[in-house]
Amino acid sequence: MSILESPIDQIAREVSTSETSAAQYVEESIKQLRAQQESLNVMISDCETQAQAEAEAIDKKVAAGESVGPLAGVPIAIKDGICTQGHRTTAGSKMLENFVPPYDATIVSRLRDAGAICIGKTNLDEFAMGSSTENSYFGVTKNPWSEACVAGGSSGGSAAAVAAGISPAAIGSDTGGSIRQPVSFCGITGIKPTYGRVSRFGLIAFASSLDQIGPMARSAKDCAVLMNVLSGHDPKDSTSARNDVPDFTAACEENIKGLRIGICKQHFEEGLNHDVKASVEQAIKVLESLGAETVEIDLPHNAHAVATYYVVAPCEASSNLSRFDGVRYTSREEADDLVGMYSKTRKVNFGDEVIRRILLGTYSLSSGYDHELYKKASQVRRLIKDDYDKAFESVDLIVGPTVPTTAFKIGEHAKDPLAMYLADVYTASANLAGVPGISLPCGFSPDGMPIGLQLQANMFRESDLFRAAHQFQTETDWHLKRPGS
Amino acid sequence: MTTTIDRKSIKFNDAKLIVGLEVHVQLKTESKLFCGCSTQFGSAPNTQTCPVCTGMPGTLPVLNEKALQLAIKTGLAINCEIARYTKWDRKNYFYPDLPKGYQISQFDKPVCGEGFIEVQIPKSEEPARKIRIERAHLEEDAGKSMHDESGKGGVSKIDLNRTGTPLLEIVTKPDIRSAEEAKAFLSELKLILGYIDVSDCNMQEGSLRCDANVNLHIEADGLTIATPIVEIKNLNSFRAAERAITHEAKRQFKQWQKSGETIDDAPKQTRGWDDGAQRTTVQREKEESADYRYFPDPDLIAVVIQEEEIAATQNSLGDLPGAIREQLRNNYGLNDYDSDVIVSAGRPMVDYFRAVADGSASNGKPNGKLASNWVGQEVMRYLNENNATINDYPVGAKKLAELLSRVSAGEVDQTRAKEVLAEMLASGCEVQAAFDKLGIVKVDSGALDALCQQLIDENPAVIEEIRGGKVKAVGSLIGKARQINPNVNPGVLRESLLKIIGL
Repeated sequence: MSILESPIDQIAREVSTSETSAAQYVEESIKQLRAQQESLNVMISDCETQAQAEAEAIDKKVAAGESVGPLAGVPIAIKDGICTQGHRTTAGSKMLENFVPPYDATIVSRLRDAGAICIGKTNLDEFAMGSSTENSYFGVTKNPWSEACVAGGSSGGSAAAVAAGISPAAIGSDTGGSIRQPVSFCGITGIKPTYGRVSRFGLIAFASSLDQIGPMARSAKDCAVLMNVLSGHDPKDSTSARNDVPDFTAACEENIKGLRIGICKQHFEEGLNHDVKASVEQAIKVLESLGAETVEIDLPHNAHAVATYYVVAPCEASSNLSRFDGVRYTSREEADDLVGMYSKTRKVNFGDEVIRRILLGTYSLSSGYDHELYKKASQVRRLIKDDYDKAFESVDLIVGPTVPTTAFKIGEHAKDPLAMYLADVYTASANLAGVPGISLPCGFSPDGMPIGLQLQANMFRESDLFRAAHQFQTETDWHLKRPGS
Repeated sequence: MTTTIDRKSIKFNDAKLIVGLEVHVQLKTESKLFCGCSTQFGSAPNTQTCPVCTGMPGTLPVLNEKALQLAIKTGLAINCEIARYTKWDRKNYFYPDLPKGYQISQFDKPVCGEGFIEVQIPKSEEPARKIRIERAHLEEDAGKSMHDESGKGGVSKIDLNRTGTPLLEIVTKPDIRSAEEAKAFLSELKLILGYIDVSDCNMQEGSLRCDANVNLHIEADGLTIATPIVEIKNLNSFRAAERAITHEAKRQFKQWQKSGETIDDAPKQTRGWDDGAQRTTVQREKEESADYRYFPDPDLIAVVIQEEEIAATQNSLGDLPGAIREQLRNNYGLNDYDSDVIVSAGRPMVDYFRAVADGSASNGKPNGKLASNWVGQEVMRYLNENNATINDYPVGAKKLAELLSRVSAGEVDQTRAKEVLAEMLASGCEVQAAFDKLGIVKVDSGALDALCQQLIDENPAVIEEIRGGKVKAVGSLIGKARQINPNVNPGVLRESLLKIIGL
């Protein structure tokens, strides 16, 4: 078994006590990456040299008796939509093929300060727009459980890196399900924190009011360790919350007796795959056996979440992506005049899905349509949030499937963007409302593909998610399964 | 419906000019609106930029609270309703010097709502008018494009130093009725901004910029016909604004006489003011109604402005020009013109004036008129000649007040007092020291009578003239008296002379 299989807190402990060196973990991670990159296409770029240097520095510190952080020596993969100072950050786009940020995202600094070592920048759908990484300019990431299938998206590279054992943890971002859906497809655990819990500074924006960075790892406990480092107010992000950050690892240890879990009937209706449904229902029984009480709840506006999401997100994206106009970032197409340069540059350097969403968003914000589209969507968004507020008066958590299906085949939805959009049906509402959600493995389909269970909690109640997810994982071993084993 | 108006028969004077102004004021903050970069003018291109103001991917704006405070202060000074809830919106458009592809501005919840400024056209008999303010909102400035205009296809250069500088856009209602009034409005606004110290208002450096929306309402056959609205841009001085509006009014009238086009026939046009040619020229012939696709900026949180903050800001404003003019008229006895001279010179001058007038008070009444004469003439002349401000003036208010008190007490006449002031300016000495140096002593009544007698004895012809009714001739005796004794007070001497002569 690879040394990378150890829980994250154990890796950090071993590094800090010189039991195993940071260099050894980094070497193992690089070895795994080299062995699997060609088949899986997990990374857009690796950070080998820098990772080795950082590992050496940590080991020196340990040798000198200096204290090292809670993630000392932990190799970590970071989504390539998150800026890393001096290291190319592409957002999966030809537009940013040569972009080297002169700054770190706040979470990158936090991870580094905690001793984590960035091993590479993972693949994603271009500007995080997609559910399969098929929209990446740098090619599709394959699912470690079956290379014919997608790893999900948009944080598909991060999910695949962890599932394939390349790194014990990864960072993703979730705008409508982009952490939870790929972790569901790849059989790992990942959380979309409350909007504002984790700084967005340095995350290349897709839809600013929905985007949230979160950890992806093999267990809820590992995610909790990472969340302790990632969370907290950042003066560089006005939308980051000033709320106190509890110790999420401590929350993991609490039992769930008396925890009230809501089951939303809308999550079990038409479109839900039979195998997924069966696994989720089984998982709910496990939670009940651990002392949780289940209650049926109603989220009546949930049905409009996808439609609402696909107005709000493209509107914000159309504006966020205006800065990519050929004037900066080296991607410029020559034309006779300024407007020609803009349009040719954007046509050549953006992929079809990005162009589709920019058009959707531009249209939805245009005078004469904005009332029917952007403003109406903003109102429905409020109703979706109200549904959650009401539900959380009577329950602590909401349980259901993360995605209606297991990982689909590469190319399966290529001609049908709408079918792809429906992959977000259970996840998008949490982004619209701002509430946190976690996805964790709860079974496998007959053809051996992982199934994910989603838990959602009220604003800033990630502790409840960790508590239930960790207790579930002490009772089950789905999260311990590995591809090919 | 078409009417048959003989347009040639209508006179220009039958047209009412309708003007609304949009004024961009650069607020005096150390750093930009949403990042920590300096707002200093005139640095080498692109040296005052950072990833935030250049809009690099992943960066986020953070509000500069100081800019919001200055906006609130300005709003209060121009009588605006201050929003209790204000938010930020994105105004989307493409331009190379707009690095994010949108400008962070305020759309439907501006920091300042309706207000007004009282404007008096200088030297006009018309009473002051209230020009209403529609709104004032905060926004970030764009960068500067420098295009190659040689026609040789050179590159365009972009300087982003200005990008993100805080601007307050003040929009008036279409209440302005003449070019002079537009100029008076701008002067008064600039004066107020100076009093509350929120902007440098330097038009050359672009810290005060103005656009004017102009059209005419023409009365004809009992109908009011409105001409198409024209927005004039590039008004980079008050004089340019005045001239451009005057020119544009005439141009619109002629155009209407020629074409009959009304506001319903033509969209709003943008014209630029060509200062060299002294005319407006078309910038955009057919303005499509620009669609900026405004929506709330999700990177910023809405701001709730507390009552206490508004009250504290209100208290920090100090007296404003309008109130001070009134005070100078009512409490210091100045006329409109003199009070305006003092007020227009800025708050430190007002403070100086009041200290002089109060310090030279007699019977508990400030010596407003004498102080106004001296400050308005002697002091201001010195400042103009030396290109100095009142803060640099070598004679403090207390010293000048002492001098004027002695003038009032008849210890020295004004002509000699000016010599005293000159001595004080030259040597920096006290009033008494200057008196001593110039040998000024009060002429007692004995010496005065003796002097009068000497004049009467030595100038029998003049005395005859005076006795014959030509009292004016006493002037020549006063001149002679001052040659004999420069300390003699002309008024007192005249009185004594006439008394002795028996008139």
